[in-house]
Amino acid sequence: MTEIATTQPGGEGPRRPSPPGPAIEAKGLYHIYRETEVETVALRGAELTLEPASWTSLMGPSGSGKSTLIYVLAGLLEPSGGAVMIDHQDLTRLPPPERARARRRNIGLVMQRDNLHPLLDVAGNVALPLRLDGRAADEVRSRVDEVIDHVGLTPRRHHRAGQLSGGEAQRAAIALAVAPRPRVLLTDEPTGELDEGTAAGVLDLLEELRAEGTAILTVTHNSQVAERADRRPVMSDGEVTDAA
Amino acid sequence: MRLEAQPSSTEAPAVEAIDLAHTYAADGVPVHALDGVSLTVERGEVVAVMGPSGSGKSTLLFLLGGLDRPDSGKVLVNGTDWDTLKGPERARFRRRNCGFVVQGMALLPQATAAENVEVPLVLDEVEAGARAERVARILERVELAAEGVKLPDQLSGGQQQRVAIARALVSEPAVVLADEPTGNLDSATGQAVTRLLIEAASERGTAVVLVTHDPAVAAHAGRTVEIHSGHIATGRNASHAGAPE
Repeated sequence: MTEIATTQPGGEGPRRPSPPGPAIEAKGLYHIYRETEVETVALRGAELTLEPASWTSLMGPSGSGKSTLIYVLAGLLEPSGGAVMIDHQDLTRLPPPERARARRRNIGLVMQRDNLHPLLDVAGNVALPLRLDGRAADEVRSRVDEVIDHVGLTPRRHHRAGQLSGGEAQRAAIALAVAPRPRVLLTDEPTGELDEGTAAGVLDLLEELRAEGTAILTVTHNSQVAERADRRPVMSDGEVTDAA
Repeated sequence: MRLEAQPSSTEAPAVEAIDLAHTYAADGVPVHALDGVSLTVERGEVVAVMGPSGSGKSTLLFLLGGLDRPDSGKVLVNGTDWDTLKGPERARFRRRNCGFVVQGMALLPQATAAENVEVPLVLDEVEAGARAERVARILERVELAAEGVKLPDQLSGGQQQRVAIARALVSEPAVVLADEPTGNLDSATGQAVTRLLIEAASERGTAVVLVTHDPAVAAHAGRTVEIHSGHIATGRNASHAGAPE
């Protein structure tokens, strides 16, 4: 079992009691998409465990089920079968409002691009998930300051998305995703739009978050990303196989 | 609840643009995007703005929504001159009075459909219970009640555009400013999305300014104006659809 980190991801805020055991665990996931008379089996008994303070890079060809797995892990898609355990709860069995709350608090998402609201500055963007979660204004303010400082964007906190470089925008996107102190950070090609040098800076930031206790999953075709990971399982035909 | 600084908002047109001129530099060469454009859009009216690429259509939309400032002339929305609003007050006024369905203001990819629709209400500090109720109501109106829990990636192009429409309408603004809202959709889906935008806006007394190059989309509007080289060339009325009584 991986040791539980002593600080929360993204800063030194009040520590939420973290239960021992995996950050998230997918057990025997099946998912079948039905469109009229055509059935597509996207997940066939997929299993994946992310420990706290770990980095897993998931690779696999298009259509192998990677996106479906991410949606199910994030509580955005109810699987046809199986379970997603977070904090001793099966995310897939929670009623929709509770599932939404559990997702917002436990799972951060960073997509390839355009993660920021174009009319808001960095601080406004980072505050969004906290405000959606109904956090008090004081808490939002202090957490936003803390997490922006953590990703090194304090001098840019009042810049809008369009005024940021690609690397800064992805750092802001990571700040936004980790602001609610999620256990798990799911990222889809987080450096897909960046040059190698800028990408390295973003990957360094993910390494810091891992060291602080976050479980990171990157879905990527990029070896520069994959080589930072502790594990590189491969998805194929709806199943996850540990490659190394 | 409406913003305090709204004189005569019940009688004022939704949008009033007066003698707008706007120049920008492209590769160091000045482009006269708009040159003396005036346009009044009444409350609840649907106006299509047509014209070739580079004619100034999108520039006009940005000026109407206070996202850019004209070199001369003025724009009033709901009776308030954009020039009288600064900083946060300007942003707040925009959120309450202008909805956008604009290219480049796509949905947040990491937020669900419902959260995307909720964002303008969060920014406006609407209380959580009221937010949930308003989001549910508008998602139902755009026929996406069951899709609120999905990410944009999990939705079709037409569904994504309906989320953008819901987001634009959820604050019950005076006007929705739409720039090629059906640009990436097939013709049948585009027609359905346009109809939905106009119907849902009209039910709320919200005006729509619809920039498009597609005559089939423009045909849904009550009135069409054409822009050529920064000037309004013609205005023609359509009798069959669009503005409420």
